[in-house]
Amino acid sequence: MSTLKEMRRGAVASVPMIIGGIPFGLLFGSLASSYGLSPWFAIAMSSMVFAGSAQFVAIGLISIHAPLWVIVSTTFIVNLRHLLYAADMVKYVKHLPMRLRIIMGFGLIDETYAAVRPLYGMGIVDEKTGHKAYLGSFLSFYVMWNVTTILGVVSGELIPGMSEWGLEFAMVATFISIITPYLKAAPFWFAMVSAGIASVLLVDLPNNLGLLVSAVIAVSVGYFSDAALNKNKPSLVGTSGGES
Amino acid sequence: MTLMDSVLVIAGMFVVTFGVRFMLFARAHKVSMPAFLDRALKFVPVAVLTSIITPMIFVSEHRMNVSFENPWLLGALAAFFVGLWKQQQLLTIVVGVVVFFAAKYAFS
Repeated sequence: MSTLKEMRRGAVASVPMIIGGIPFGLLFGSLASSYGLSPWFAIAMSSMVFAGSAQFVAIGLISIHAPLWVIVSTTFIVNLRHLLYAADMVKYVKHLPMRLRIIMGFGLIDETYAAVRPLYGMGIVDEKTGHKAYLGSFLSFYVMWNVTTILGVVSGELIPGMSEWGLEFAMVATFISIITPYLKAAPFWFAMVSAGIASVLLVDLPNNLGLLVSAVIAVSVGYFSDAALNKNKPSLVGTSGGES
Repeated sequence: MTLMDSVLVIAGMFVVTFGVRFMLFARAHKVSMPAFLDRALKFVPVAVLTSIITPMIFVSEHRMNVSFENPWLLGALAAFFVGLWKQQQLLTIVVGVVVFFAAKYAFS
């Protein structure tokens, strides 16, 4: 019943991915300082953009002096997947006041979607309580992300070489844990394999544009193989993403 | 980077990120997705996340590294199989990270 209890439910459901996010936040902060970016820049990015993978890709682009349009359009493509999450969440959001929708939109990250969406699916929360669980998840990620960014910035300055420990691997493992639940139908496998091949072949394109191109190729491969395999059926219903 | 550059980068990233996330919520009461967009969008997470991590796994210093002494490859394979098999996020992440660091120290 109580708001706090629902918020706690959302936070508890998020714990596995919060743990996965800690090294990632530390790494973001320490990489930013090893690239010579100001601590305030890293902190401003974490608190205002709040998009782990896009921030990571963006500071990589900044370190190779990519132009602004590349940084912004790569951010757009990297975050485009959130449109899918939004489309799936709309039915649980449409009755809420705009003020709440703004906050929920700001906090719509992979992890909160992956943690909270299954709670609706399993009937643990509903239209009346779900947004509270969502806010609990969002707040716990937001606090974790900003605190670890600051700690990363500080420790990056204190412990040189921290950015070479391989902390990025936490991001690789987290993304794999988000990808694998989708792999229940052939078109998702085709999309994954084509993304893998294209991204490696195109890795030396300037400004890391290979990421953008390979994402577009993989979505097209998924789309057309889905259309060919399911000619007479409507598209695969929804997704299974995150329903672990 | 100048202060102006920093402000522009963060403002630009904020606009596209928040825009993508909030666009549908803003018009939630009258939103309907065209079928083709629905069909295409569901491939975006797999497409984007795979495109980000595959070069991290296989490429180091402009070279392909597919040997079994590549800790990135070993950790990723471990996470991938555990993810497919158990479908548990925490387990997938932990197994991947443990295998990665074990391999990294074993081969360094």
